Amino acid sequence: MTRFNWFNTTTLTLGFAFLYLPIILLMIYSFNESRLVTVWAGFSTRWYQSVFLNESFINAAWVTLRVGFISASVATVLGTMAALVLNRAGPFHGKTLFTGMIYAPMVMPEVITGLSLLLLFVSLDFARGFWTVTLAHITFSMCYVAVVVSTRLVTFERSLEEAALDLGCTRFSAFIQVTLPIIFPAILAAWLLAFTLSLDDLVIASFASGPGATTLPMKIYSQVRIGVSPEINALSSILIAVVAIGVVTASLVTKQAHVKRIKEERMAINSI
Amino acid sequence: METQINTQPACEFAPWEDPVQKPFVRFENVTKKFGDFTAIEDLTLNIYEREFFALLGPSGCGKTTMMRMLAGFEYPTAGNIMLSQSNLHKAPPHKRPVNMMFQSYALFPHMTVEQNIGFGLKQEKTPKKEIKRRVEEMLSLVQLEPFTKRKPHQLSGGQKQRVALARSLAKKPRLLLLDEPLGALDRKLREQTQFELMSIQEQLGLTFVIVTHDQEEAMTVASRIAVMDHGKIVQVATPAEIYEYPNSRYSADFLGDVNIIEGQLDVTTGKTASLAWAEGETPLAISTKLRPPAGTTAWLAVRPEKLHISKEKPASADNCIKGEVWDIGYTGNISTFHVKASNGSILKVQVSNREHLADRPITWEDNVYVYWEKGAGVFLER
Repeated sequence: MTRFNWFNTTTLTLGFAFLYLPIILLMIYSFNESRLVTVWAGFSTRWYQSVFLNESFINAAWVTLRVGFISASVATVLGTMAALVLNRAGPFHGKTLFTGMIYAPMVMPEVITGLSLLLLFVSLDFARGFWTVTLAHITFSMCYVAVVVSTRLVTFERSLEEAALDLGCTRFSAFIQVTLPIIFPAILAAWLLAFTLSLDDLVIASFASGPGATTLPMKIYSQVRIGVSPEINALSSILIAVVAIGVVTASLVTKQAHVKRIKEERMAINSI
Repeated sequence: METQINTQPACEFAPWEDPVQKPFVRFENVTKKFGDFTAIEDLTLNIYEREFFALLGPSGCGKTTMMRMLAGFEYPTAGNIMLSQSNLHKAPPHKRPVNMMFQSYALFPHMTVEQNIGFGLKQEKTPKKEIKRRVEEMLSLVQLEPFTKRKPHQLSGGQKQRVALARSLAKKPRLLLLDEPLGALDRKLREQTQFELMSIQEQLGLTFVIVTHDQEEAMTVASRIAVMDHGKIVQVATPAEIYEYPNSRYSADFLGDVNIIEGQLDVTTGKTASLAWAEGETPLAISTKLRPPAGTTAWLAVRPEKLHISKEKPASADNCIKGEVWDIGYTGNISTFHVKASNGSILKVQVSNREHLADRPITWEDNVYVYWEKGAGVFLER
């Protein structure tokens, strides 16, 4: 076997080291006894305890989760609607323009999106806080949802909807009973993407936020500017663990569903 | 085997010949345009109750558009579509007593066989008990009882096709549309399913309209066939009529194998036209009632199985062409001789192989005579 020759092994090691060494280092130091981040003084979980006792961290986490949940949900609804219109409406005047405009925010520098939102909120005299961050997150995650859902709709067989109409559904009930259940996995994936984007975001949140609405990334960033504390390491490790568990679970579930499906299809062939 | 139209039973089902019968479906000067493209052009067609009607044509001839207009997925640009004498106007699909079986079956992947079949009834708010009873009835009609709880991806192609049929029949539509229903099945299964479709149609007494590009399928199942070309109907008639008496080269060529000989009309005497087809050859005699002026270009269509072939000149024959055997196609039950005539055109002659291969004397490069009676050919003006 040539799969494990020296070249492949080295490339693989270097690649993964490049990706994961910083994270592993951070996780190791989160168990450091010492107050000094860079000096190892023995194993301890004290920083984890102190994270959970730190009220400002818990508050920030709570704000982040709420912003993420609400913004992901609203963005999913709006983005799905946009995707439906752009896929289903026949060719209309300016369709290309609209399609482009849906996708444009994806490549827009975050600083500019954040700044323009800030200007909008100021000029409208909006009190900045929880809702402005949520609105801002809806704005930028909506286009990601539209992209994910569109990709699914392109391969969606239109005759399924026509069959529902033919069997007595109105357009709306055909959507609810047939289209929605079938594209639901894509919508769920889009929601998760929007949620993750909202959890990650620092730049736009910093512009759109106000007093009392500090998100976790904002909190971590402001703490780090004062000086990296072992608490931050612990907090970051917790975040990584949560994300990792989520990703692993999702992929296991998908794989299991795939295996089941293949088994059932084989059963169909054997039963002719 | 000489099939004549009047060999069919006397009590034959033929509402289209009865002037008192009102059409069940009527296309009235229907035109359908998609932008600049005209899919259907000023088309008028009557379909009668309990008919198994086939729309036959190559892809892009407009047959699917006709079906989609009946289902309510498209509306005519001009003209009317009537269903039992009432104008359908722009009734949406769910307000028509019409159901459709889709080419791709379009089974709902997230529902079981049972839920798929009951879907239409559920939309009508039919009581659960009644739905269950009706679904069971449908399952037994298509012989799928053991598969009630399966999802579509757990079924074979033939089973999916049956579920789709059961689903489209569950609401007792007055008109069932079938869009290339057997296209995805293999040949053996397709033939079997054709006969099942016919018996189901007869059993339920419904009107079926089938769209197909497969001439054999149309001939097997249909009471009448509409041969379509570029948004127009070329001929509407029973399969036997179209086969024996095509009205144009297009429909002669579309249904079955045919020899078409072009020529100039020489003279018409009585019921016989004579067609000059090649210099130095005797004109061909064709039985016809048509009286076009002499000198017009016309065609003779004759089916390969209606031609005779022999090495000796026949004692008497209405038409006889001398030629050379160019090629022989052997398909077991029949042999097809390709005979090259003096003007270079090829005539196909089909002979059924009643004798063993070794006993048949005609072989490649033999000089042969191809002959037939004047009634065997059809005179075509277009």
